[in-house]
Amino acid sequence: MATVKFDEATRLYPGNDKPSVDKLNIDIEDGEFLVLVGPSGCGKSTSLRMLAGLEEVNAGKIWIGDRDVTNLSPKDRDVAMVFQNYALYPHMTVADNMGFALKIAGVDKGEIRKRVEEAAKILDLTPYLERKPKALSGGQRQRVAMGRAIVRSPQVFLMDEPLSNLDAKLRVQTRTQIASLQRRLGVTTVYVTHDQVEAMTMGDRVAVLKDGILQQCDSPRRMYDHPNNVFVAGFIGSPAMNLLEVESTDGGVLVGDSTVAVERDRLAGASGKGLTLGVRPEDLELRTDGHGIAVTVDVVEELGADAYIYGSTKAAQHVDEEDSDAPEKPFIARVDGRRPPAKGETVYLAPKTGHVHLFDAQSGLRLGD
Amino acid sequence: MALNITASRPDPALLDLPWELPLETWPEEYLAALPRGISRHVVRFVKLSGRVLAVKEIKADIAVREYQMLRVLNKIEVPCVEPFGVVSGRTDRDGNPLDACLITQHLQFSLPYRALFSQSLREGTSTRLIDALAVLLVRLHLSGFWWGDVSLSNTLFRRDAGAFAAYLVDAETGELHQSLTDGQREHDLDIARVNIAGELMDLEAGGFLEAGTDAVDTSNRIVTRYTELWDELTGLERFERGDRWRVDERIRRLNELGFDVDELAISTDFDGTTIQIQPKVVDAGHHSRRLLRLTGLDVEENQARRLLNDLDSYRAGTDRQNDDEEIVAHDWLAKIYEPITRTVPRDMAAKLEPAELFHEVLEHRWYMSERAGHDMPIEDAIRDYVAHVLPSKPDEATVVGVDTVEMPVVAMFDDR
Repeated sequence: MATVKFDEATRLYPGNDKPSVDKLNIDIEDGEFLVLVGPSGCGKSTSLRMLAGLEEVNAGKIWIGDRDVTNLSPKDRDVAMVFQNYALYPHMTVADNMGFALKIAGVDKGEIRKRVEEAAKILDLTPYLERKPKALSGGQRQRVAMGRAIVRSPQVFLMDEPLSNLDAKLRVQTRTQIASLQRRLGVTTVYVTHDQVEAMTMGDRVAVLKDGILQQCDSPRRMYDHPNNVFVAGFIGSPAMNLLEVESTDGGVLVGDSTVAVERDRLAGASGKGLTLGVRPEDLELRTDGHGIAVTVDVVEELGADAYIYGSTKAAQHVDEEDSDAPEKPFIARVDGRRPPAKGETVYLAPKTGHVHLFDAQSGLRLGD
Repeated sequence: MALNITASRPDPALLDLPWELPLETWPEEYLAALPRGISRHVVRFVKLSGRVLAVKEIKADIAVREYQMLRVLNKIEVPCVEPFGVVSGRTDRDGNPLDACLITQHLQFSLPYRALFSQSLREGTSTRLIDALAVLLVRLHLSGFWWGDVSLSNTLFRRDAGAFAAYLVDAETGELHQSLTDGQREHDLDIARVNIAGELMDLEAGGFLEAGTDAVDTSNRIVTRYTELWDELTGLERFERGDRWRVDERIRRLNELGFDVDELAISTDFDGTTIQIQPKVVDAGHHSRRLLRLTGLDVEENQARRLLNDLDSYRAGTDRQNDDEEIVAHDWLAKIYEPITRTVPRDMAAKLEPAELFHEVLEHRWYMSERAGHDMPIEDAIRDYVAHVLPSKPDEATVVGVDTVEMPVVAMFDDR
């Protein structure tokens, strides 16, 4: 087991003028499950492959434990790329299917047996070790495949979108399984996904990347409650945070026809070139006094206890970081599932006190705490 | 069900296949052979308009990506299966969504490695397969293709004058880059080595591996063969100014390995006493291109080498060294190659490809001549070969299944 350190690690592809990964700094603790997440082209896979030794590091360094691995070949790094989909060999026993890679590596028989038995115990496969894979259920086979990586007892597991070819239901099940397995093994793991829900449910910490630059690296809770910038605010959370262009006014910011109170010193760092207000769908309240953000309800999604309303508002311009040509994002609010508004109705919403996020419109950076 | 079919040359008969059924349950009447192989996905071979197609059930985005990747690989002339199309938007009769299907053409006269091991074996089959895979991997890497899942199972083999030619079958994990880093190449090699060892150990456990073959030693051969070939094809060579013959020598060695040199970088140091050369662009198919130009025959590299040798002996034997090479080649084709390959009775035509048959007949003639103590005419050799050797050969035109167990690892979590 080991720590992993990205130290100003940079990957610039020949012929590009912008690095695909730009001065990445992350310290990963021993035994930690770190998820790299971001939209396609953000540099998450490239970062993982730099750690694996598949991509060159053009500047900066990468450390595993106290070893500088920046220029080591992949097989000398003691990392294992874990694939979700191995073929199992039909004529070999489960034990041999799990341990054969160790035989190739020249590990002696007794040690192989020991490691296979340990892995089998963790994976609940002990009674099946002498059987052929044909006799196993689908889930057991999948665990045998995982066992193959576990017995190598690498210092770091690397996983690059391992669930991408599973259907939605299996993906959720396997995701839980990988996360709990990782916790039982306690092996430092770096996991890449484009899916923020996967990232938030699996990681001890989540690192959000965009355009090759690390946006934020925090625990899922902190990331959700305290996004460092507009991009993270909009990327993390489902349904997404509402982001609105607003103006400052006496004692706060003006949203629709009402003022949302904001402490004066929070606005101190603003550039004066506009403000972005962020409010999560669950942090909105329905108002009955006809004040607040007027939203015309387009869709009501009833989930039992809660309902989500998707609507449009003229009260403020919705901020869309990613693509200014995209159709405008709906304004989303969570309301009481027992008394949801009707489609077509206009409702008035206001952010709950203390639950607004404020960003500088120019830099995109969070204002205040 | 609103099916969505992407294909470069769509065949309306595609619509008659039972897309509303999970591939695993397709009735036998549609299938070209019973399900076989150790693919991690469900794969079936179907008959369609006189063709055999491989159908793989897989998520739509991955199917489309692999389809496009195979198209690109075909365009850049890397040996791989030909993509036929993608069928997506499938639903079963109750309207539940089904995964998409990637369809590829079955490669005629190709053999899965397991089929080769379940036949009676010639010595060294495993090493010849690995040699072929090493050539394929080098060619893929030279083109900037990182495979990500190199294995014997993801490769098909065609006989090639006693050796084999390898074709890529599964490009699902592959990526095309401008060029590959050393790390990417090493990773592919490491995956290859581990997968091959696993595959050979499995054959061993099933009693199919040649006696005396060590799975681990044999799997290491992929690394040595690959490295030798890669170094020869890309390595920098330095020599004194007086040794300029070494430029020709390098080109000759590359030709011998079956590669043409398209671009060779030559530079001298500043006082001009040493010269360095390094091949920058090499093209596989040195012999097969030459044979194609002379005769129009499109065959594998070693077969071409063999046929060109026979063409040379024909030229010498008929004393026509001073004639135009194209004219002699045309005569050889009309008087030797075509009559010999046409001698095979129709019911045995599916056993071997014509060029491979010709190679076998040349071999057979050599043994006959040795026994007789004098040269035997090729006409006698083919008669004897068809009478005594060919009938016992298996049909190999469409080998799509051998006796192994299908076992997709991705299956329902039925126990947790």
